[in-house]
Amino acid sequence: MTLPGWLQAIALFSLVAATTKPIGLYMARVFQGERTWLSPVLRPLERAVYRLCGVDEALEMPWQTYTLAMLAFSAVGFVWLYVLLRTQAWLPFNPQRFPNLPPALAWNTAVSFLTNTNWQFYAGESTMSYLSQMAGLAWHNFVSAATGLAIAIALIRGIARTACKTIGNFWVDLIRACLYVLLPVSCVFAIVLVAQGVPQNFSPYRSVRTVEGYRQTITGGPMASQESIKELGTNGGGFVNANSASPNENPTPVSNFLEMFAILAFAAGLTYTYGYMVKDTRQGWALFAAMFALLAVGFSATYWAESVGNPIVHHLGIAGGNMEGKECRFGVAGSALFATVTTATSCGAVNSMLDSFMPLGGLVPLVNMQLGEVAFGGVGSGLYGMIVFVVITVFIAGLMVGRTPEFLGKKIERREVQLALLALLVTPLLVLVPTAIAVLQPQGLAALGNGGPHGFSEILYAFSSTNANNGSAFGGLGSNLFYDVATGINMLLGRFLVAIPVLALAGSLAAKKAVAPGVGSFSTSSAMFVGLLLSTIAIVGALTFLPADALGPVADHLFVFQGKTF
Amino acid sequence: MIPARRLQRRPKERPLFDTKILAGALGDSLRKLNPRWMVRNPVMFIVELGAFLSTFFWMRDAVRRSGSPGFDFAIAIWLWFTVLFANFAEAVAEGRGKAQAEYLRRTKSDTLAKRMLEGGRYEPVSAGTLVKGDVVRVDAGELVPADGEIVQGAATVDESAITGESAPVVREAGGDRSAVTGGTRLLSDWVLVRVSTNPGESFLDRMIALVEGAQRQKTPNEIALAILLAGLSIVFLVAVATLFPFMRYAGAAPSITVLIALLVCLIPTTIGGLLSAIGIAGMDRVMQRNVLATSGRAVEAAGDVDTLLLDKTGTITLGNRQAVDIVVAEAAGAREAARLAYYSSLADETPEGRSIVALARRIASLPEEAVQPDGAVFIPFSAYTRMSGVDLPDGTKIRKGAPDSILAWTRELGGDGQTSLASDVERVARSGGTPLLLAENDRVIGLIALKDVLKPRMRDRFARLRTMGIRTIMITGDNPLTAAAIAHEAGVDEFLAEATPETKMQLIKREQGSGRLVAMTGDGTNDAPALAQADVGVAMNSGTQAAKEAANMIDLDSDPTKLIEVVEIGKQLLMTRGSLTTFSIANDVAKYFAILPALFVSAYPAMGALNVMHLATPQSAILSAVIFNALVIIALVPLALRGVKYEPRGAAIALRNNVLVYGLGGILVPFAGIKVIDLILQLLHWT
Repeated sequence: MTLPGWLQAIALFSLVAATTKPIGLYMARVFQGERTWLSPVLRPLERAVYRLCGVDEALEMPWQTYTLAMLAFSAVGFVWLYVLLRTQAWLPFNPQRFPNLPPALAWNTAVSFLTNTNWQFYAGESTMSYLSQMAGLAWHNFVSAATGLAIAIALIRGIARTACKTIGNFWVDLIRACLYVLLPVSCVFAIVLVAQGVPQNFSPYRSVRTVEGYRQTITGGPMASQESIKELGTNGGGFVNANSASPNENPTPVSNFLEMFAILAFAAGLTYTYGYMVKDTRQGWALFAAMFALLAVGFSATYWAESVGNPIVHHLGIAGGNMEGKECRFGVAGSALFATVTTATSCGAVNSMLDSFMPLGGLVPLVNMQLGEVAFGGVGSGLYGMIVFVVITVFIAGLMVGRTPEFLGKKIERREVQLALLALLVTPLLVLVPTAIAVLQPQGLAALGNGGPHGFSEILYAFSSTNANNGSAFGGLGSNLFYDVATGINMLLGRFLVAIPVLALAGSLAAKKAVAPGVGSFSTSSAMFVGLLLSTIAIVGALTFLPADALGPVADHLFVFQGKTF
Repeated sequence: MIPARRLQRRPKERPLFDTKILAGALGDSLRKLNPRWMVRNPVMFIVELGAFLSTFFWMRDAVRRSGSPGFDFAIAIWLWFTVLFANFAEAVAEGRGKAQAEYLRRTKSDTLAKRMLEGGRYEPVSAGTLVKGDVVRVDAGELVPADGEIVQGAATVDESAITGESAPVVREAGGDRSAVTGGTRLLSDWVLVRVSTNPGESFLDRMIALVEGAQRQKTPNEIALAILLAGLSIVFLVAVATLFPFMRYAGAAPSITVLIALLVCLIPTTIGGLLSAIGIAGMDRVMQRNVLATSGRAVEAAGDVDTLLLDKTGTITLGNRQAVDIVVAEAAGAREAARLAYYSSLADETPEGRSIVALARRIASLPEEAVQPDGAVFIPFSAYTRMSGVDLPDGTKIRKGAPDSILAWTRELGGDGQTSLASDVERVARSGGTPLLLAENDRVIGLIALKDVLKPRMRDRFARLRTMGIRTIMITGDNPLTAAAIAHEAGVDEFLAEATPETKMQLIKREQGSGRLVAMTGDGTNDAPALAQADVGVAMNSGTQAAKEAANMIDLDSDPTKLIEVVEIGKQLLMTRGSLTTFSIANDVAKYFAILPALFVSAYPAMGALNVMHLATPQSAILSAVIFNALVIIALVPLALRGVKYEPRGAAIALRNNVLVYGLGGILVPFAGIKVIDLILQLLHWT
């Protein structure tokens, strides 16, 4: 571990902390329909969109309607992308003349982008036409993030409102999220990336002769525009297969730093939005603190594991940290930090090969996702995932002070516990059961790149990543029909089986009366509560996966230090 | 006063463990093994299934002479113990209620009732056949055959069968003291009673059903917690079940018995096994304070109360005015004034009069037996004169009474009708007291300040409520000025002056409208709507039938301050659940460290590095965890029955303390416990 390495992390965390309030405040204004400095330009545009879509801006929806709208929108989005991928050969903007995608891959990819996962069983530069990239994948990069934002905002409204039947209007939230939040920022960020050297063109790939005399194909395309929303919307689907490790997508340490910041920016800002909208900003900072603690601990562990390096390589006389699968321009720190950030959120972009991380270094991204990605998490999904943990923590802690537990003045009763549990059960069920099915299946084992505990980690990682809608891959796991279908189903369930109970929770909380907090109810913004929240996440979230993780990365680790690899 | 009375009744409290109850509970815990009963508790049902399965595997291995039947046997036995211990906890809690029901049932022996027929004749019928609306005659020495209202007559009644209180009470037709309860005995006179309940629905029936737990329904919070526990159990079930394929992949499929052992250790058996016992014991604690709650829900709601409405008279104050001060007009001496006050009240048998006597005796240092001079004539109080007093044989006339009446009287006797005490009169009135002037012939000697005296320690109690986050509102018929003074003195947070049933109802609705839970006590028929509206309504047993029916708790001692204790029991109930849940979940950390290395070492020997407790063998590690898991249930039974220590403190402190004890303790204790058990197993060569 080096001082510059730590300084890079501290600089990133400081920047995130510093921008949380302005970004959060801006989003709160946007979603409360207040005037912002962009309103003069965007408000007429917003109105035009409403008129065009026939949306009544003033209409408030109960949670059921909100959920139905969200599901209907997602269903249409799925069909759109599926059809596009199946017909891209006949459509324009296909200079490389890529064929249509086969059905299983088109299904997997459509689900993947619809659910903000961006799990990629294909290599972008040799599969996707520019049209598919822009109108299909980038479109979903925007709207899947906007959907996540909308759900989070609906939940915040549910908490903030009292004795109210509605939680907002899905269409309005969706459009505002795109128009005021995602589009302007990603435009600016795309230009910054172009300045760093990221391509943005419609030209065919270029074939050049290298200094050694070989021929090399250099990919092009509308890359910067997609790269920017890929990070900002915590999507993570690379334009090219190498994702952010590619010098085209992520050319410099500066772009690397900015991409990591972009991944965290909105999710962190949303904690302030939450505090602001429930009229107690300390609530938001408490969540920020809990998320920040998870992220900091995760980074420290990964950085340590990667810096210690591989003893087997050390025996070969090569000292230093583990550089296998890492880009020299990012180094151990820049790679460890990126890996932590991308899995603590639901991004899943990678700038190094996680398969080549030290076992414990790879354990951290795995655990990050198994916790449900709540260390800032995905845009929107991080916040609502965390609030689900808050509800469970409030329930247990509330009992300990001798009252029916209250969360911001609202009683947490049977229905809330039920809904929070439903959302919470999704992760362990949909990670462990598919992994178990996979290891019992010839097809499940056939796709493995490695054996032993390391191979097991690859499968476990695949289902952890798809279930959490992360999309990063451990690598080593190939694509086949079993995984195309299984990970597809897993992504779908991982998204909507959490989102639906969360919206129901929003509806249930909105309908409740709130009591002003007194000395009889405990504070959910104290350090004590943050500690309890972290314990709940650790015990309820992590303990579930301890046996599986022990058989994967932990066993792998013990073997590596005995000099054995798989 | 109240505390003394309560002391008399304490022998009713039973010890935590009574050998008779324990013996019964042993049998019941075996009977409860019936899966149809167990399925009501999903967590323990999983354990029972596990016990069945591991028993099966033990027998299979024993027959086949394969595997390790000795180990399987030990696991199976301890899993059965786990189930039995949980059943035992519940059975003990129920047994305490049953003992009380048994006692009540004995008083419910069938009696003959004299039912009134048309024309005023009576026919003897069995009490069990009386229906609502029947009118019966009860004579001295007879048992009241059914619950009802006295429609004619008055009598003293021995209600000890219901309340445990031996002092007889007066019940009379009309007013708020007309209700009689079946099973109580008339001591004097005779009354006509209109029966108000049908057979099987009487107060006694309800009480028996309640204490027996026959009608026990899970409370909302209990259900919510049970859902959480079931959810956690599902999570751990999946985590353990998937281990089988995972380990097969690793090349060493584990034994099912070991997986069952791991599952049972991980699911929250501690709280799962004790949950219903905690609820039953909570109800029982309420019962032991002589409060009858119609449901566990009511007790739970009491723990949540935000606002407490208390009647001033009888709850906050003793309800009769007492002399607290004698102010002397400048012309007279203090002892002289006190002596005159003493004479004026010696024959006055009202509580006020007696309190003046007591005060005056103290001030004038008069001996206990001091009497007034022979030939003194007592002038009793009348609404017309608004004063009372005494005419002494030497011609001295002493009067005490309302200030304007006394002044008028002195004027009549030739005085100037003025007093230097006018400002004191004003002061006493403003502070919520009643000023009486004392006059000797034509001259005003002094002022006696009467005050509605606060019950002792009420201020402390309200302060305690405030630390628990509960606001108290005093309800009084007094004018706002007096009410404010008393409210200030008592330390209540708010008051409702010149209260009527309507304003009282409005107040409750206002509080509820802002999301607060309201508790109140009442006894009159006009309290009934408010009692029904309040979230927790406690009726006094001395009150009317209407009040009792509207309330969800009945205080058999008719002590309105009891509500505070019920609130504390409700809080303690939730705390016990929360603390044991935390403890139960926190235990999993150590259990993982005991079982996982033992389980995985067969697949990957390097996993032995995770055996941080250095447990002797994989088998002893697993067995130690299972044994610890079973023993901790039995060790926590007393805590579940008694409830965790409750002190009225702010939520932040309560949370911190409980997290430290049950959270941190829950992580650390099993490390030590499992290690110790492992050492014992080693010593016994069972490994």
